[in-house]
Amino acid sequence: MSIRRRIVTVVLAFAGFTLAILAWAPTVGSTPISLARAFDRSIPWDSNVDAQIFFVARLPRVLAGALVGAALAAAGVILQALLRNPLATPFTLGVSAGGSLGAMLAVTLRWELSVLGITSIPLASFAGSSIATAIVYALAASQRRGLSTNVLLLAGVTLNAFFSALILFVQYLADFAEALRAIRWMMGGLDVAGYLPIAAALPLIAVAFAAFATMPRTLNLLSIGAEAAAAKGVEIVRAQRLAFFSASLATGAAVSLGGPIGFIGIIVPHLVRLMVGADHRVVLPASALFGASFLVACDLAARTLLSPLEIPVGVVTALIGGPFFLWLLVKRS
Amino acid sequence: MKRLLCLPLLLVLAIHAQAPPKRIISLVPALTEMLFAIGAGPQVVAVSTYDVEPPEVRALPTVGALVDPDTERIIALRPDLVLTYGSQTELHAQLTSARIAFFDYRHGGLDHIMTTMRTLGARTGHVEQANAAAQALQSRIDAVRTRVAGRPRPRTLLVFGREPGTLRNIYASAGRGFLHDMLVAAGGDDVLSDMQRESAQLSTEIILARAPDVIIELNTANRLNEADLKAFVDPWSTLASVPAVKNRRVLVLTGSGTAVPGPRVAEGVERMARLLHP
Repeated sequence: MSIRRRIVTVVLAFAGFTLAILAWAPTVGSTPISLARAFDRSIPWDSNVDAQIFFVARLPRVLAGALVGAALAAAGVILQALLRNPLATPFTLGVSAGGSLGAMLAVTLRWELSVLGITSIPLASFAGSSIATAIVYALAASQRRGLSTNVLLLAGVTLNAFFSALILFVQYLADFAEALRAIRWMMGGLDVAGYLPIAAALPLIAVAFAAFATMPRTLNLLSIGAEAAAAKGVEIVRAQRLAFFSASLATGAAVSLGGPIGFIGIIVPHLVRLMVGADHRVVLPASALFGASFLVACDLAARTLLSPLEIPVGVVTALIGGPFFLWLLVKRS
Repeated sequence: MKRLLCLPLLLVLAIHAQAPPKRIISLVPALTEMLFAIGAGPQVVAVSTYDVEPPEVRALPTVGALVDPDTERIIALRPDLVLTYGSQTELHAQLTSARIAFFDYRHGGLDHIMTTMRTLGARTGHVEQANAAAQALQSRIDAVRTRVAGRPRPRTLLVFGREPGTLRNIYASAGRGFLHDMLVAAGGDDVLSDMQRESAQLSTEIILARAPDVIIELNTANRLNEADLKAFVDPWSTLASVPAVKNRRVLVLTGSGTAVPGPRVAEGVERMARLLHP
């Protein structure tokens, strides 16, 4: 099979699977609803409980899950290639810790500003991610010879630990109720109850994905090594910079929408590689699609398993993702 | 002969053990409020960092709180009784080895508040005052129960936490604990009573499905002006099919009193009843 046909086949298969999950997920939940009633326009909106459950409670959740899952999984692929480290995740370089610190400050200091209807927590989270990205880049770019991935990794990991300490400090100083809310935010949540938060994150993630779309060939070369890539005509510094900033943008936007939901960014790329091989032309789109369906499925479990109680979605991704990944790993080796 | 000599010593010790404490440290705000309500206020020498009521405590030294009690300062203040929360097991061990008596407590239902006040009265030498204070509290709550008896009980959701400006991370009282008991005493029917938990995080789907007639939301700010109040409840308008939203019965209970299971609960029950049965 030619590579082009292979890409098309794999991506179509993953797209079909993802669309099926996205179509199915909003039809199930803790409450049985009638779809016919939900889509019946003749019933007034404020007396159509089924429509409200479908369009207010479930659909935004599914869309937010798809967006966050796709962004984190794709960012994971990019960063694993950029850093040439299979353990890299979207949270490795301190971007999400910066975002979390911003959100923690908004929670504990009770910032209540909002811009165009977007509330303080996502705003502060995205601001925190941007600051963290700028700091890590400034540190890594201060080297003479372009962007040093070693410095990038070390600076990111250190900044991550530093921000995590600040997060604990802020939580420690907070009032009891605020500290609990802050801890809950760190577990991730997709019940956004409306489309505005999604609309706010969508353009940022779209820009990041536009950049991702140009990268698969470069990533293939970069993952062999910077020198080999340079020999093949890749403008290393430019490619690294683009990869770093676009992955950070996707991560920052995803964290501001759903909180730091763990495991997606590391497990999904590896699962996809185990399924379809290592070529980034296949891995990148397949990971984005699989990340979307995986997170939507995990959130479905989160909202139904213990209903009427909710399980934090970050807990579900780890509980389902961890053992599944280990099983696949053992089965393959 | 030796035995005879020991006897007075034992007697002194026994009397000493029963003597009311003179230097009390309270690490639980609800208990601090109870101490002042039963006349044991002058015996309190230090409180937790969360204590703000009654105003007298603001002048007292603070010694940490639930998760971070400052054991050194506690011991240095030479207390003869420390009021602790049930989960502070490390502190209990430290107090035991320092031979400092402690009173162990956990939040419970509404009745538990009156029981605890009486127990604290006996422990601190204010039996009569404590009984009177507990009785007064009970009478006020009973008066509310009588007033609302026989009236239709609106199915109510009692929310005590939410991400500002959104409907994310909603926490509500869910069928158990003093907030649930207060709601029932005030003439409401807890829409989450089957969950049997002190608190639960709710998805918007659960709220839409349970469709409460009234939503009461606690807000610890002491006063809110009209505009702030409107902005505070505005996010609920998303859930247009919920009867409470449709009929404009999303009601706000301001002030910190309702969130503390202490002597201010009677006022909380009265105010809740006025919201539910105007």
